Amino acid sequence: MAEPLLPARPALWLVLGEWRAQPLRVAAAVFAIAVGVALGFAVHLVNQAALASFAGAVHSVAGSADLQIEARTPQGFAESLYPRIAHVPGVAVASPVVEVAATSGQIRRPGSGGTASGRLTLIGLDPFRAVAVTPALVGVRPGRDGAAIDGVYFSAAALAATGARVGGPVTLAAGGRVWETRVAGRLAGVGRAVAVTDIATAQWRLGQLGRLQRLDVRLAQGADPAEVTARLRALLPDDADIATPAGEEARSDSLSRAYRVNLGMLAMVALLTGGFLVFSVQSLAVARRRPQFALLRVLGLRQGALARLVVGEGLALGIAGSILGLGFGYGLAAAAIDLVGGDLGGGYFGGARPVLAVTPGAGLAFAGLGIGVAVIASLLPGREAARARPAVALKSGADGDAGARPRAWPGLALLAAGGLAALAPPIAGLPIAGYAAMALLLAGGVAVMPALARVLLAPWQAMRAPVPVELALRRLWGAPRGAAVALCGIVASTSLMVAMAVMVASFRGSVDDWLGQVLPSDVYLHLEGVETAGLDPAAQARLAATPGVARIRFQRSIAIRLAADRPDVQLSAQPVGATGPVQLPRVGASATPPPGEVPVWVSEAMVWLYDARPGTRLTLPLGGRKVPVFVAGVWRDYARQFGAIAMADEDFTRLTGDATRSDAAVDVAPGADPRRIAAALTARLPPALAGQALVARPAEMRAVALQLFDRSFAITYALEIVSILIGLVGVAATFSGQTLARAREFGMLRHIGVTRGQVLAMLASEGALLGLVGGIAGISLGLVMAQVLIHVVNPQSFHWTMDVSLPWGLLAGLFAALVVAAAGTAVIAGRRALSADAVRAVRDDW
Amino acid sequence: MTGARPASNPAAVPALEIADLAKSVPGRQLFAGLTLAVQPGEVVAIMGESGVGKSTLLNIVAGLDTPDAGRIRIGGSDLAGLDDDGRTRLRRRAIGFVFQAFHILPHLSLVRNVALPLALGGGDGQAEAAAMLARVGLGGREAARPAELSGGELQRVAIARALVHRPSLILADEPTGNLDHETADRILALLIGESRDHGAAAIIVTHSERAAAQCDRVLRLGAGGLAPANG
Repeated sequence: MAEPLLPARPALWLVLGEWRAQPLRVAAAVFAIAVGVALGFAVHLVNQAALASFAGAVHSVAGSADLQIEARTPQGFAESLYPRIAHVPGVAVASPVVEVAATSGQIRRPGSGGTASGRLTLIGLDPFRAVAVTPALVGVRPGRDGAAIDGVYFSAAALAATGARVGGPVTLAAGGRVWETRVAGRLAGVGRAVAVTDIATAQWRLGQLGRLQRLDVRLAQGADPAEVTARLRALLPDDADIATPAGEEARSDSLSRAYRVNLGMLAMVALLTGGFLVFSVQSLAVARRRPQFALLRVLGLRQGALARLVVGEGLALGIAGSILGLGFGYGLAAAAIDLVGGDLGGGYFGGARPVLAVTPGAGLAFAGLGIGVAVIASLLPGREAARARPAVALKSGADGDAGARPRAWPGLALLAAGGLAALAPPIAGLPIAGYAAMALLLAGGVAVMPALARVLLAPWQAMRAPVPVELALRRLWGAPRGAAVALCGIVASTSLMVAMAVMVASFRGSVDDWLGQVLPSDVYLHLEGVETAGLDPAAQARLAATPGVARIRFQRSIAIRLAADRPDVQLSAQPVGATGPVQLPRVGASATPPPGEVPVWVSEAMVWLYDARPGTRLTLPLGGRKVPVFVAGVWRDYARQFGAIAMADEDFTRLTGDATRSDAAVDVAPGADPRRIAAALTARLPPALAGQALVARPAEMRAVALQLFDRSFAITYALEIVSILIGLVGVAATFSGQTLARAREFGMLRHIGVTRGQVLAMLASEGALLGLVGGIAGISLGLVMAQVLIHVVNPQSFHWTMDVSLPWGLLAGLFAALVVAAAGTAVIAGRRALSADAVRAVRDDW
Repeated sequence: MTGARPASNPAAVPALEIADLAKSVPGRQLFAGLTLAVQPGEVVAIMGESGVGKSTLLNIVAGLDTPDAGRIRIGGSDLAGLDDDGRTRLRRRAIGFVFQAFHILPHLSLVRNVALPLALGGGDGQAEAAAMLARVGLGGREAARPAELSGGELQRVAIARALVHRPSLILADEPTGNLDHETADRILALLIGESRDHGAAAIIVTHSERAAAQCDRVLRLGAGGLAPANG
């Protein structure tokens, strides 16, 4: 009979025996894995639920359309395209759609709380066509048959957003027009805030006569989509493009992809920290049981089987932690959706109502991750256990660490690999190599610690110190592996903590600076639901003539689509001085446009997503045609992750014929009160636009922006805090484990006349020294890792750069807390170890 | 050098044969040209100054340490032809160990401690272990924990563990070093008696003349190898 790789019965005896003997440390390791798995699983569940909910909302609007012909700008395309598309062979039904952003009542500022934001999408449909493609959007009034749209039908979300009720009156505003109507009925099964009416009514009421924003196309049975798409494409004007369901999916996915991946990675950081805790617990357990393992080797347990025993313990920890983690994760996901919503604070899925759904594959994958981390964390301790020489271990007991000379090259090689990985470009649009660089740097930093600890401790060797400090120094110097295990936990948790803290501080600082740069005026006016038409020149003149207004700069912002599978880009027309747009914070070099070319200035995201570097050209859909423009410069924009373009307002008006404006920046005259000016501006707005206006001063806008920033980082902060807590638990477990394992040594010291206080002072010195060395190393490594987050992960994820700013106060506080916590934990554990009878401690077998 | 007393059964395959064994540690030669044959059932005491290499010799015999030169055969199997796994399997099958410091696993009951050599081979071994505990005077205490036992009792458990898998060779390193005279005498008598009953050869490393006197042969280890203690 073949010999088993690991005899099951004694393995079970030994694992259960160890767990009974060390329940707290085993529980800490299980808990650490459980928290990591729970966070990862919860983030995944919430993301999947939110995406499914968002996709459902998109599907309810797109219906069974195989293709959608979409306008590249809010102005839409000429409706004469519709009959030509409808007659293309292979097209079964084409349903024309008018779709504009609208408001009802006075809109509220984002983040001001409540569900009645006043914003909704107004859709106009031909019911006889729409019923075949988007039946969910065709509302039917109770008691009436057929596919007629009589009045305006609201989705539940639209009713909530406007505060309207079925049968009641409602005032809708869009494009500078106001329409007073009644809510005729409810649209069932539509997740977004949508109001639907007859297409002719919509075109008439919203000033969209002759224009369409979309054609929903259903193909004939058996038609080849590729062939039909090619025929349709041949008919398309410059201001329309074809979108497929797959493209729509890609676009909605890309909206939040980087944010979701980043949250997932943060959860993995917590799991990784848990892995270090398992490593620490396992390393200590192996060190403590070195003579026991030696005995097993003497009794006939093979080297490989001993390694498998330790790895098997890790496996058991991983399984227990993962099972618990999946349960916690589900609860956490449900709580997160209740507290911060399906977008986990990111602001991507407004209005979506996610429902959690667990798939066995996802559960198994996260359990596998937890188990994998625990097993990997046990590999080195297992190897260590198997490699120990039984005869030596039986003789020297658990103190077999002496004389080992730590090697630096594996750690340095990992650090170098991390440095190289940080230089790699994004993979599939994500900073995969950046994350790999972080992991390699962390592993390298931890691996190099034993050797680095010698370097950092060397200067202390020559120092004359009191006996307890002297003993502590000798112990750390003589047992580098033991010190390394403790340092491993400190360095891992500190570096991750520091990296995250520096990145968030840098980001917040940069956003704050940026807000200061882009908000130099005294009062700002912003109109919503004016994609088709905003303030006309007469209204602009009236606002400019407001008493107390020294200067007013108008802007026009519209969303344009440059690629069918990417989110819209914001185009803004604004005053441009001799050197470019006056209010935009520029980064990098500029290029001078050749005579006759239209210059534009693009945000950093445009460079990442469309390769729009200075000196290159872009083609924009403006005024119903494709207009080539010259990229003259790049500016920093933290508001629009998917790209923004600025152009001179006169160029915009000339190219589009649109002289209306949607925003205004107002400088008040010296001595004038900005509050009064704001009120006066609001009073001078055309009545049709008054409800769509938000007027604010920079301080308010800055506060709202930073509040939104903090909200979007709330989950990040929470995940970071969890990682820190796991890291500190790891440090505490390591210190207490090491200290309790040295009861015999303390007993001996007491026998030779070392006082109890001196032993505790020695432990405090050891803890403080380890905290000091670990803190210096961890903060240094964290600062390096922060550079990867700031210069690699963030630009590759969100397409913007930031300036490094160090939170000195936080770093100093962290360092002090670490040293105090390390010393404190060592002393607390030391008191427990010293409470054992000194005579018995010395006599104990092991 | 060989031991002084003739083997009890010259026709049988020796339980242990050592030929021309040499071992040095950094800075000095422990021994060289060490030769020894121990017959089944024979009990040999090895004495010598501290640091002369007595424990190292036992470790080499058990395959836990490697010699610089020489050959060791246990029950006819040459250690030199075995890799680490092979030596481990041989140890599990053919060798029983007793230590000065007992080395009883603190988290396992007595019966599981004793059953370990059999369990490591894939068996259960708890019935045999219970029987063995009874033989060493600890019947009925199978479920007890090591912390509940005295030093003498712990060494009885160690002897039971060393014999439970019926090894052909017992290696005992100062088995009575931690015990008082009276207990030491009883433990040694038990170890020798049980070894003989099981037909196992035994090598007992000891500093105690009193303990050595109970063995069949007494050898003294020095730089030149083993020599009869009285010669």
